[in-house]
Amino acid sequence: MIGGLFIYNHKGEVLISRVYRDDIGRNAVDAFRVNVIHARQQVRSPVTNIARTSFFHVKRSNIWLAAVTKQNVNAAMVFEFLYKMCDVMTAYFGKISEENIKNNFVLIYELLDEILDFGYPQNSETGALKTFITQQGIKGQHQVINITHCSSVRFIVSACGAVPYLLSALLMIPLHTFFLFSAFSAYQPSPFVSSDTVSLPVPQTKEEQSQITSQVTGQIGWRREGIKYRRNELFLDVLESVNLLMSPQGQVLSAHVSGRVVMKSYLSGMPECKFGMNDKIVIDKQGKGGASDEAGKSDLGGGSGKQSIAIDDCTFHQCVRLSKFDSERSISFIPPDGEYELMRYRTTKDIILPFRVIPLVREVGRTKLEVKVVIKSNFKPSLLAQKIEVRIPTPLNTSGVQVICMKGKAKYKASENAIVWKIKRMAGMKESQISAEIELLPTNDKKKWARPPISMNFEVPFAPSGLKVRYLKVFESKLNYSDHDVIKWVRYIGRSGIYETRC
Amino acid sequence: MTDSKYFTTTKKGEIFELKAELNSDKKEKKKEAVKKVIASMTVGKDVSALFPDVVNCMQTDNLELKKLVYLYLMNYAKSQPDMAIMAVNTFVKDCEDPNPLIRALAVRTMGCIRVDKITEYLCEPLRKCLKDEDPYVRKTAAVCVAKLHDINAQLVEDQGFLDTLKDLISDSNPMVVANAVAALSEIAESHPNSNLLDLNPQTINKLLTALNECTEWGQIFILDCLANYTPRDDRESQSICERVTPRLSHANSAVVLSAVKVLMKFMEMLPKDLDYYGTLLKKLAPPLVTLLSAEPELQYVALRNINLIVQRRPEILKHEMKVFFVKYNDPIYVKLEKLDIMIRLASQANIAQVLAELKEYATEVDVDFVRKAVRAIGRCAIKVEQSAERCVSTLLDLIQTKVNYVVQEAIVVIKDIFRKYPNKYESVIATLCENLDSLDEPEARAAMIWIVGEYAERIDNADELLESFLEGFHDESTQVQLQLLTAIVKLFLKKPTETQELVQQVLSLATQDSDNPDLRDRGYIYWRLLSTDPVAAKEVVLAEKPLISEETDLIEPTLLEELICHIGTLASVYHKPPSAFVEGSRGVQHKRLPGSAGSGESVDSPDTGSAAGVSEAPPAVIPSQGDLLGDLLNLDLTPPTATGPPPAPSSGMQMGAMDLLGGGLDSLMGDESEPPPIPLRTDTPQSPQLSHQSPSPPDYSPTELGGDLGGSPAMGAGFGAPAAAMPASFSAPVSGGLDDLFDLGGGVGMPMGAYSPPKTVWLPAMKAKGLEISGTFARRAGVIQMEMTLTNKAMSVMTDFAIQFNRNSFGLAPAGPLQVLTPLSPNQSIEVALPLSTVGPVMKMEPLSNLQVAVKNNIDVFYFSCQYPISMLFVEDGKMERQVFLATWKDIPNDNESQFQIKDCHLSSDAASNKLQGSNVFTIAKRTVEGQDMLYQSMKLTNGIWVLAELRVQAGNPNYTVSLKCRAPEVSQCVFQSYEAMLKN
Repeated sequence: MIGGLFIYNHKGEVLISRVYRDDIGRNAVDAFRVNVIHARQQVRSPVTNIARTSFFHVKRSNIWLAAVTKQNVNAAMVFEFLYKMCDVMTAYFGKISEENIKNNFVLIYELLDEILDFGYPQNSETGALKTFITQQGIKGQHQVINITHCSSVRFIVSACGAVPYLLSALLMIPLHTFFLFSAFSAYQPSPFVSSDTVSLPVPQTKEEQSQITSQVTGQIGWRREGIKYRRNELFLDVLESVNLLMSPQGQVLSAHVSGRVVMKSYLSGMPECKFGMNDKIVIDKQGKGGASDEAGKSDLGGGSGKQSIAIDDCTFHQCVRLSKFDSERSISFIPPDGEYELMRYRTTKDIILPFRVIPLVREVGRTKLEVKVVIKSNFKPSLLAQKIEVRIPTPLNTSGVQVICMKGKAKYKASENAIVWKIKRMAGMKESQISAEIELLPTNDKKKWARPPISMNFEVPFAPSGLKVRYLKVFESKLNYSDHDVIKWVRYIGRSGIYETRC
Repeated sequence: MTDSKYFTTTKKGEIFELKAELNSDKKEKKKEAVKKVIASMTVGKDVSALFPDVVNCMQTDNLELKKLVYLYLMNYAKSQPDMAIMAVNTFVKDCEDPNPLIRALAVRTMGCIRVDKITEYLCEPLRKCLKDEDPYVRKTAAVCVAKLHDINAQLVEDQGFLDTLKDLISDSNPMVVANAVAALSEIAESHPNSNLLDLNPQTINKLLTALNECTEWGQIFILDCLANYTPRDDRESQSICERVTPRLSHANSAVVLSAVKVLMKFMEMLPKDLDYYGTLLKKLAPPLVTLLSAEPELQYVALRNINLIVQRRPEILKHEMKVFFVKYNDPIYVKLEKLDIMIRLASQANIAQVLAELKEYATEVDVDFVRKAVRAIGRCAIKVEQSAERCVSTLLDLIQTKVNYVVQEAIVVIKDIFRKYPNKYESVIATLCENLDSLDEPEARAAMIWIVGEYAERIDNADELLESFLEGFHDESTQVQLQLLTAIVKLFLKKPTETQELVQQVLSLATQDSDNPDLRDRGYIYWRLLSTDPVAAKEVVLAEKPLISEETDLIEPTLLEELICHIGTLASVYHKPPSAFVEGSRGVQHKRLPGSAGSGESVDSPDTGSAAGVSEAPPAVIPSQGDLLGDLLNLDLTPPTATGPPPAPSSGMQMGAMDLLGGGLDSLMGDESEPPPIPLRTDTPQSPQLSHQSPSPPDYSPTELGGDLGGSPAMGAGFGAPAAAMPASFSAPVSGGLDDLFDLGGGVGMPMGAYSPPKTVWLPAMKAKGLEISGTFARRAGVIQMEMTLTNKAMSVMTDFAIQFNRNSFGLAPAGPLQVLTPLSPNQSIEVALPLSTVGPVMKMEPLSNLQVAVKNNIDVFYFSCQYPISMLFVEDGKMERQVFLATWKDIPNDNESQFQIKDCHLSSDAASNKLQGSNVFTIAKRTVEGQDMLYQSMKLTNGIWVLAELRVQAGNPNYTVSLKCRAPEVSQCVFQSYEAMLKN
């Protein structure tokens, strides 16, 4: 199992060092610094074996986290643990930076003592940890502003105040479509007992204590009992990233959507939830049973009118009962409080590619390139894509670039060796074009320019996979609220993942 | 207020101050002080002096302070064992605390204090905690047993903790079960033969129940433990698989991989015709693909494991090729792994796609990656026979890029392709030979030498090529030396008459001047073989080689089986068994896959039936230096055909060997007036000795060979004979084509007219041992000429000039010999005009007008390349009929049109037209539109390609525009360059 865990700054100075096993000596700390941190370019694997000691590392900005072992550990688990460690630290004190780590070193030691025992990862759910970890996180000056919160609020304003631009940009749709909720307070969880502010130094009563321990060790380790909200509310974000690799001739070499359903739940008690989407297997099953009414009715907006989608694979947060999903394909769970990722999924069939990039690169003589790129938007004309950015790589020996584009702004960025073309907004079924002349310095470099692919970034207000949320039902038998009292919001955002067209 | 301030205290009396603060009455102050102590500890300061003071702070009911003190204790207890005892009482007391969090904390920390004296006191509290009513305490105590076992294994056994731990597997709390399983697994690892983890259907059932309820980490512990179980029959195996499959949808990749491990292992027991078997195979693919969307480090772990899975069960991912395509910004370690898997998955169905990708990768930046991509193309060719031709042409394209490491890598894989498909792709050898000079890596040199030796009969100048390598024989790596030795012997056996001196030279270099035993031994083997029975030698050395198999780097099957049992772990990342990187007894036991149900064997113990899992015969694996070994293998396998027993000092073979050398040296001595020093090694028993006897073995006369060797000019030159004395036999076979040249008639002085660029230096004297060649091309009265100035900048006279061209785009070849009739004395220059024909062999060059030339004189052979203006290829009958011009212009697709700008040209359209006419560019029509003159022109190349042009000239504008249309658009660029040159002259 994990023998020790070290955190270094970019210079290789140790910020945190916790050794769990006797076989890891102090020299292990130095071995990693010398062989990995100080030999950056040569290290070509996240797992390094130095003198029969294995080091696993991940980097967050310029901080190195390294786990050390001398045994045949489960490597996947070590990395998952390191990621989890990063998540927990981020939840406590924001960005992982040298400053924040120094500010919170006592907390980090306490956490490391709790979530890793003799190198075995233990319960590491932030929600549960906060009930019995004595230290509190100290956030640095550079606070992370939760962007999703802000943008949602903006939408609600626009929904009421009719600013159509923003409306389509960030479409946030109440699950009960007829129910339009008003104004700002919507996103503030009613602070009856705000879960964020829980800090329990030492639980005084025996009941409290055993409640904590049973929660930490129990089946629902991610949620504590006794959560109360004045208003029960939940938010679902369907966040997709659409990936594409296209040949210069417009042939799709590979395309897939990796999506996430992120849920923010502000629900009282221990609610039992059931989540439904237009999964082909489920719809087909229901179709045979003759009860397909629900599927057709609840088209909650989005890019296309596809009835159901084929999901290649999905994975779930540990709160979801996997055996139930395996047998009935139903997604049921008791959610953690606050924000978490309910599921991830992947689709490869019938993907709506929001943009098509048509490149034309011509080499004129040895010192000139002519580039023409056309982008076409391929979705409903009523929807607006945002934050469109096309990145056209230029050769290293570029001396000057002239660009003409019909829409947006384009600039040659010498430091990045690329022409960056930005368009704020673009409606569906439109096209736009950029042409550029690239002057090259003559070189005697024999090696040809590799022509990296043209990449694209964008954000669209629909799910390119065609996924739709059909329902999210909440049952809490002990408390007196029903499914209808819960206010639910759904939003779809499709972003570009690696969206490349070769030229 | 933040904690970082604790890092900054650097005052001198620090320890003293801290001591005071630690003993303060105020809780807050104490806490602050402990924090400072811990900060100092982290940065490596020695604060062990504060031990008693810190321990004093332990007795508090403040959980925060307690935790801080424990942290300190864990660090320093070992260095201060006596004082650590002071803490024992508090620990024991804390283990009885009403607060379960404190009880757990105490037992957890105690286990971390590795002091023998303390462990004795630990036993009682631990026993209590293992049976604590609170699950949090029990799960902590379970791990503590493993800690204690690590310190004192005997104590744990004596105290009966192991039984208590086993009981915890039946605990009601899933997390307690998980931790107990983890602890037991670890302890069991260091007791390979104990039946500690007594897994039976009942406990398995309990584990499977806990699996659904415990944390993600607990699930990993349980799954990893399950993987060690061997089900009794296929039904049990199936029922476990059914209960494990839901884990494949877990968000935690480690849970998924551990589940995959269990399934991969238990699947071995399922009969293949079972429906469920197929279902399971189908279920495995999507989660494995999903792992590739995880963070890069996890992707890496996943890919290393997929690599194993694909080798064991290729059917699972055979349709998922695309997901392994490399993304531009994947980290390099992910790229390399993906490439590996792509090759493993390559099949006839997807080979086109794979090749297109690989070609793309071969132009990337990272050298390692590019090399691997090139190598992958070769592996595809070997794996998928139908694709071989495509692969070879792709490799040739890559060689044309002239990127050094790409060329070298390509040559290495082409050698393998030759091995796999003999007598199929030898036409590419010429291209390979062109790159001979750029090879500087041993592997590539060795590969090239192997090719030359293997196909010596088809390469006209094989002897020359090999000889050039021989010059720096001692600087080459062993790999190259061995290869060179073998290649020259092969050459000798194929062309015995011309290469005797060469083989003698290499044999003496290998046997006498080398201190590498491998090289020496091989040299002697060849030597004896050749001298005893050349026919037998031929059979041995030129024997048919066994074909190489498709996979070059399959993991050996038993290792693969073991690694499959270690999916998800470090072993699977390193592709090594745990014993290779784990110290001590841990993990040394070898895991095996269970036998399949159909085998009829009993599968009670994991050790039996292991072989039954491997039904297929292990594929032959070629060793990394396949051909070297192959050759030696041939030597070993072929029974001696001729004179009986293997070499022994007294045998007839030995005599032959002695004689060969003897004769040779004898004659050598005859040639030179004084006997040369004889570099014989006396340390080997086989050392040949001088002998004048010559018993002739059948079919071949060693005396004859020896005699010839003696007279050989190469040897003579080696001993310092003057170059002028070089006999004709040496200069003649420089290359086959050269001889013809000398016969043809000579150069003609010609009237001017066509454009001819000024002379440039083609071959600087520095590179050619004093010979400088500058030159140009011209077309005079319909004859293409290469006009050269040869200058001798060396100290000695140069004679015996000859010239030869490499194959080129337009088949240019010398139409006569190089007319240098008188010897060229030092500091003398001579003008030569060499008429050229266009009927030579054609090969497309990059750039198109590139010409590679070899010039020989009495000193050496020199190579250079130059570019000719394409205008000299424009023939006199290049004027097209107007109608034909119009039709052709329309007929050629617009894609073939290219447009160029000629800047700063101050000719009128008529002047330009006249000027161009001189170079056989014919104006067919002229049109004037809005002050712009459009000239329509045609020209014809020697190989019959027509080029049509539209030249736009605007009065007062020095910039012309030329549009060129041609059915072979690749010439446009060259034509344009000529246009520019012609107009500006």
